[in-house]
Amino acid sequence: MATLLEQVQVDTELRPAIAGRNPWALAARRLWRNRIAMASLGLFLLIVVVSVAAPLFARDVAHVNPFLPNLNGHTVVGGKVVPVMQQGGGVLKLGETPIGPTWDLSHYFLGADSVGRDVAALLLYGGRSSLLIGVGSAVLCCLAATVVALIAGFFGGVVDALLSRLMDVIWAFPVYLLAISLSTELLTHSSGFQIGPVHVDASSLWLPTIIIAFIYVPYVYRPVRGQVLSVVKKEFVEAATAQGAGNLRLIFSEILPNVASTVIVLLPLIIATTILTESALSFLGIGVQPPNVSWGSIIQDGTDLVYTRPWVTIAPGLMILLTVLSLNVLGDGVRDALDPRAKLRVEG
Amino acid sequence: MLTFILRRVLWTALVMFVITVIVFIIFFKTPGVDPARALAGRSPNAQTLAEIRAQLGLNRPFPIEYGIMMKKIFITRDLVSYSNQGVLVIPEIGQAAPATLSLVFGAALIWVVMAIAVGIAAALLRGTIFDPLLMIVALVGISAPVFWVGQMANMISQSTLHGTFLFSWVPPLGYTPFPQDPLLWFKGLVIPWITLSLLYIGFYGRVLRANLLEVQNEDYVRTARAKGISERRVLARHTLRTSMITFVSLFGLDFGALVAGSTLLTEVVFGIHGVGYLTWQAFTNLDLPTIMATTVYGAFFIVLANAVVDIAYAWLDPRIRPT
Repeated sequence: MATLLEQVQVDTELRPAIAGRNPWALAARRLWRNRIAMASLGLFLLIVVVSVAAPLFARDVAHVNPFLPNLNGHTVVGGKVVPVMQQGGGVLKLGETPIGPTWDLSHYFLGADSVGRDVAALLLYGGRSSLLIGVGSAVLCCLAATVVALIAGFFGGVVDALLSRLMDVIWAFPVYLLAISLSTELLTHSSGFQIGPVHVDASSLWLPTIIIAFIYVPYVYRPVRGQVLSVVKKEFVEAATAQGAGNLRLIFSEILPNVASTVIVLLPLIIATTILTESALSFLGIGVQPPNVSWGSIIQDGTDLVYTRPWVTIAPGLMILLTVLSLNVLGDGVRDALDPRAKLRVEG
Repeated sequence: MLTFILRRVLWTALVMFVITVIVFIIFFKTPGVDPARALAGRSPNAQTLAEIRAQLGLNRPFPIEYGIMMKKIFITRDLVSYSNQGVLVIPEIGQAAPATLSLVFGAALIWVVMAIAVGIAAALLRGTIFDPLLMIVALVGISAPVFWVGQMANMISQSTLHGTFLFSWVPPLGYTPFPQDPLLWFKGLVIPWITLSLLYIGFYGRVLRANLLEVQNEDYVRTARAKGISERRVLARHTLRTSMITFVSLFGLDFGALVAGSTLLTEVVFGIHGVGYLTWQAFTNLDLPTIMATTVYGAFFIVLANAVVDIAYAWLDPRIRPT
């Protein structure tokens, strides 16, 4: 008790008045104290680091090039040299079955896929594309949606009506059908295509990134626009206008900082959604194109092996599940930290 | 109310028009893509290309091209699939619809019942370990990719445990129409239903729990308790009713989206030949006319479902009518 009192006295002596505290710092502290959220952030970062290290793993640990078929290769299991593609394995005792998991990091840890490539190395490379597309399209989507929402909410009237109706129309398209339409149209040109001065290769990761970003713009636009509309009417915006602030200044220094928290709350949840969408599209053969791999396309490759070599399917699915789960839990934590009053709300 | 409905209907019609224009632009006006070549499928010959140009009136002015496409999709319904030996596209979608509807109705039944159970259980068990536990399980359901869950279910029920009594009843993958064999129809759909509903059970369970806890402190709930009504009655007559408003409106939207093609992944994994499967097949054959038709019909269905939800919502809750 005495020490507590002393501390209070010391504190009041050192600080003449209550120091103003930045709401962002407060939120960061709340988030920091949320153990479950921090654990999921740690898990997510771990997955990112491991995926980024894919080339290191392939070169220095597994000693394979996971992009080349290895139908005639050999590896070592328990001190014995065995072929990667085994004759007459599987249920039917016919044809070739790739080697199963050896649980030995340097020799086909998770086994091989249908053309003898190291699944563990593919998994890490797949994580690179999945995370790159997921995070990239979520960031693109949030940026685009915020810009449109700022314009719509700030200018209001006809501009707002037109933009909001346009968003309603995009919203109305079934997600996968819209993605299929866009990608078939773009992929029919295997040589890539030309938009003005920019040449986009058909196997470029930019295609799925842009398609996925486009699909989810309305999902971010709606809540952000609502927030802009409520901020525009506040007194401090009026005060800035009275001081002669121009439109750009009003938008960027008065309104944007006050809607940023809405976007930040949405970001982890949108990344979770875009990663799921990317994996689904790649599973269907619409997303990432060969030679690139992603978790979804590995699951697709594993379809024919699911009864004999299930780990080709299980492993990438678990990676998606863990990544998306960690982002969803983190998203909940971020929301609670930035808006403590909304503790009971669920994204919807 | 009547003006609200009228305005909503007009707006729906306008959205439908814009959707058809966007689809038209995607399929006929993508820069650098020759629409005849794209619609013709893989490696078309010159004769097919000329035929397509003549049939769809390509090279003619923009509005006429658009009009011809609309006529072929909605009025004469003779849009032809070039990569699929000239099959008529629209009747094919009609044939695929029952499979999709069977899948969605069954899954919807499961997810509504289960989500209400999960939501109420979590709200009642607040403060115990079971509430966060249930919510984490719900979050796992939301985070698992549906096609992967389907693959895992197939692996277990078709191979690993198929020999045991647990899953020996599971028929091979595929869809049996109801009139042909109702029992087989049911058996073949049980696992797809559960797979599809997992995501929604998790999501709706979370939404319902949040809404239940939110109204818990409302004045009318306190009044009801003060009157001495039993806790079960308070839940059934007071809190659950208001909490269901969000639930019902979300349900309308998700149901519409599912029927309109969001079941695609589930259909592909379980080999159910519904509208989503048809679209996916069309994609693998580069059969653009079919994709165009399913997209337009799907989007129309979603717009209609949204309109019905809005009107029903306004009818139930007069406060939101003016918008």
